[in-house]
Amino acid sequence: MKVVVIGNGMVGYKFCEKLVAKNTAANISIVVFGEEVRPAYDRVHLSEYFAGKSADDLSLASKEWYSENGIVLHLSDPVISIDREKKTVFSHAGVTESYDYLVLATGSAAFVPPIPGVEKEGVFIYRTIEDLELMIGWAKKSKKGAVIGGGLLGLEAAKAMLDLGVTNTQVIEFAPRLMPRQIDDAGSKLLHSKLEDLGLTIHTSKNTTAIEGDAAITGMRFSDDSSFDVDMLVISAGIKPRDELARAASLEVGPRGGITVNDNLQTSDPFIFAIGECALHKGMIYGLVAPGYEMATVVVNQLTAIANNTPLGDGGSFTGFDMSTKLKLIGVDVASFGDPFVSGDGVRSIVFDDSVKGVYKRINVSADGKQLLGGILVGDAEQYNMLLQTCKNKVVLPPNTEDVILGARGGEGDAGAGVTSLPDDAVICSCEAVTKGSICDAVKLGYETVDGIKKCTKAGTGCGGCVPMVKDLMLHTMKAAGKVVRNVLCEHFDYSRQELFDLIKLNELRTYDDVLNMLGKGDGCELCKPPVASILASLWNEVILKKGNDTAQDSNDRFLANIQKGGTYSVVPRIPGGEITPDKLIVIGQVAKKYNLYTKITGGQRIDLFGAHLSDLPNIWEELIEAGFESGHAYGKSLRTVKSCVGSTWCRFGLHDSVSFAIRVEERYRGLRAPHKLKGGVSGCIRECAEAQSKDFGIIATEKGWNLYVCGNGGSKPQHALLLASDIDEETCLKYLDRFLMFYVKTADPLTRTATWLNKMEGGIDYLRSVVVHDALGMNAEWEAAMENHVNSYECEWKAAIETPELRKRFTHFVNAPEQKDPTVVFDPMREQKRAKEWK
Amino acid sequence: MIAEKTITWFAACSVSDVPANGGVCVKNNDTQIALFHFTRRDEWYATQNECPHRMQMALSRGLIGTQNDEPKVACPFHKKTFSLVTGECLSGDACAIKTYEVKVEDGVVFIGIDE
Ligand SMILES: Cc1cc2nc3c(=O)[nH]c(=O)nc-3n(C[C@H](O)[C@H](O)[C@H](O)COP(=O)(O)OP(=O)(O)OC[C@H]3O[C@@H](n4cnc5c(N)ncnc54)[C@H](O)[C@@H]3O)c2cc1C
Ligand code: SF4
Ligand code: SF4
Ligand code: FES
Repeated sequence: MKVVVIGNGMVGYKFCEKLVAKNTAANISIVVFGEEVRPAYDRVHLSEYFAGKSADDLSLASKEWYSENGIVLHLSDPVISIDREKKTVFSHAGVTESYDYLVLATGSAAFVPPIPGVEKEGVFIYRTIEDLELMIGWAKKSKKGAVIGGGLLGLEAAKAMLDLGVTNTQVIEFAPRLMPRQIDDAGSKLLHSKLEDLGLTIHTSKNTTAIEGDAAITGMRFSDDSSFDVDMLVISAGIKPRDELARAASLEVGPRGGITVNDNLQTSDPFIFAIGECALHKGMIYGLVAPGYEMATVVVNQLTAIANNTPLGDGGSFTGFDMSTKLKLIGVDVASFGDPFVSGDGVRSIVFDDSVKGVYKRINVSADGKQLLGGILVGDAEQYNMLLQTCKNKVVLPPNTEDVILGARGGEGDAGAGVTSLPDDAVICSCEAVTKGSICDAVKLGYETVDGIKKCTKAGTGCGGCVPMVKDLMLHTMKAAGKVVRNVLCEHFDYSRQELFDLIKLNELRTYDDVLNMLGKGDGCELCKPPVASILASLWNEVILKKGNDTAQDSNDRFLANIQKGGTYSVVPRIPGGEITPDKLIVIGQVAKKYNLYTKITGGQRIDLFGAHLSDLPNIWEELIEAGFESGHAYGKSLRTVKSCVGSTWCRFGLHDSVSFAIRVEERYRGLRAPHKLKGGVSGCIRECAEAQSKDFGIIATEKGWNLYVCGNGGSKPQHALLLASDIDEETCLKYLDRFLMFYVKTADPLTRTATWLNKMEGGIDYLRSVVVHDALGMNAEWEAAMENHVNSYECEWKAAIETPELRKRFTHFVNAPEQKDPTVVFDPMREQKRAKEWK
Repeated sequence: MIAEKTITWFAACSVSDVPANGGVCVKNNDTQIALFHFTRRDEWYATQNECPHRMQMALSRGLIGTQNDEPKVACPFHKKTFSLVTGECLSGDACAIKTYEVKVEDGVVFIGIDE
């Protein structure tokens, strides 16, 4: 059997995925036509593109996936006509394909109302990655934004505008309230005021009559004769099903668009199905993914039954779908489920409306008080999943019905307990139709991580809304099986890093073997050795190569240098704050020449010398230390550099002496071992030439003192540091830094940078501030003392290594020929220096 | 017929030359051999020094340990791990490494080279 699919969007893709999975006999061949340039991607999370997700991250499957599964995929090639007699389709690029069955998954387009001026530059729709890229380009020069549409998609677009930096944005809704299809008047009002708090201006009952401007938009005019200036507009006023192809092929379409289908999702031609947002079922277009996925399943079931000549069972018809939704709009939760609006005989509504906290909840309950019919949540939708399941599965409500939205007062607040009350056939993930039973079964089979469960059952891979519930179920199932759920280091230690840290300290353990003997089992491995060695170094400040701990160090730490391509090492002397005398520069030059090293300025204002043979390292360091240098710890999970701008000593804008402060900070924290590397920066004014806000800690001069920022990150996932305290003096700043760093050193998981550590911290920066500034944990005195101890016991590791013959002897390549270097090391010449030979 | 392996033993270094629970690189003519003293288990292992992933002479500088009680070494470059007993790649995707026999007599470590 040959199936041709038109449209490679979310539902078209899901259809392929399900068909491939079910077509085990491999007797169905699949050809797909997609109009967009890339294979199907996650449109639901389109806005995350602004938050740094790439097109690849959004992709649902790679091109390879299609070819590996024998699917012929034509991209950038829309189908332009269908010949139903000959059962053939014709594409724009001239491809002709015959079919046994045709599946239309053409989705929908943004509905653009016929307002004069919509064609002007600066007017956008928001549906594809291309739309988004156009918006990004234009937003750079825009200041005044507007969005037509105050529904689900319009508010999503308004969020996009804020994300794009167009903070002065107005939302224009034709109806008298926001999200008229999902929430009631009271909920709308609350949402309205919450969004205005965030800086959006919202107009309801407002009807746009013209878009003004020459080539590009400059303003908008309304039916009430008002107008305002706008230089960027997104129209998000609804969707229009893509039924043009079906129309041209004389298939039946609805009066207001959409390809008419029956309960089997067949169009008026029984060999042609329509699924997703283009399909009109019982007068309804479903503008959400979950119903689209359900439609895909229904058609897959029918086609596989036909191809294999097997009975269909009851999976072959579509009976409508629940339109419950939960969204996070610009930080405001909005959800509606079941029938949000029911009223009338015997239906009771319980309403909780707290305009101070900004929370509105309404649930509709049957006359006997036993069943939940639907509801609305604005401002706090934490209970959404539970309520939705309770509603769908007709779970009998507790006698104090209000508890389900208010939480049991005065009782145990176990948030996850609710999942136990659901029946096994409760559908937890509606996108993928995964039941509670199958999730629990997966856990019992040993899938004990959310990722594992996602892979095994596909739950949580659609809109992702059910992930918190999946996690709850996982934890419950594991607990029920008597398993303790822990975040442990590896098979040798049943402890998290933080637990180990405390235990090592309590028991005063000082070598890796002692730790393993007392707290672990087996013989250790490359996963637990470095973190334990790091904890020992953080706690006791002893030279890391001390006997017994040397071979537990990560190999860069073990040789106090970074291994590079080809097996040679790089050498980075500390240059605090990036300040260096001409004499020291000359020494670096001389050493580099003598040992034939490649030199480069690093990103952290230091000089890196590459290509050193292992056996040359002690000699190189001997000369550097002689000239007054010390280890730069570039090899360690420890403080790297504190970058500085030149500051008030030379810069005409400088407010304070950023270089002196940077040197002070760098010298204070040098050698501090941490779960991951640490970088700092100090800028002399708000112009921020030291890029301090991209560091683990950044200090910026203000008129009155310094602002301290923490938990920034460059690297693969850049993140700006957040303000911890403002206008503080140097001493206070160091005090806060002592506490902050010790808090991090003590509690972070291995290889977790400060940014990720903060992202995972409950309460985020506010909580961190309460600990560091207001001593919420009562640990500050202890942490300051620990830091003081670190500062006082610091010594240069390289100095210790070259002065101790036992340690120095390890820096040879051949144990039985110490004078020989590794003969396999080869360099190639490049720009008057050398480079490592490319590896194979 | 069973082919007899002839093993030639050569003296690599003394026991104290090898750090506890760590490795060193031994030169045998043009061959580089990684020699490990797994002190915790009171065991010695030897393998080729070259990591087959990117052909780097580095395994002797790797961390050793166990995985389900199987002794292994992790390459310092990309942390691929290899069984010290069979030489098999435990991270699944690189080729196996060659292993050698080791014996200790009077404080001297010998590595067995089979011809
Ligand atoms: C910004 C935004 C946010 C959203 N948020 C949510 C949400 O939170 N929750 C939710 O459930 N839903 C949300 N949606 C809706 C959801 O994305 C859609 O329901 C879903 O994408 C529909 O899938 P589909 O495959 O039917 O259509 P689409 O994903 O639109 O795919 C149809 C594809 O067919 C192609 N096509 C059309 N005609 C042809 C032709 N003739 N030949 C070849 N190819 C053709 C189109 O180019 C398109 O790629 C959101 C949508 C947007 C735009
Ligand atoms: S951050 Fe300010 S003080 Fe520092 S170099 Fe830039 S402009 Fe000058
Ligand atoms: S960015 Fe990548 S290639 Fe460049 S130094 Fe860092 S790890 Fe190496
Ligand atoms: S070179 Fe050994 S793991 Fe890559």
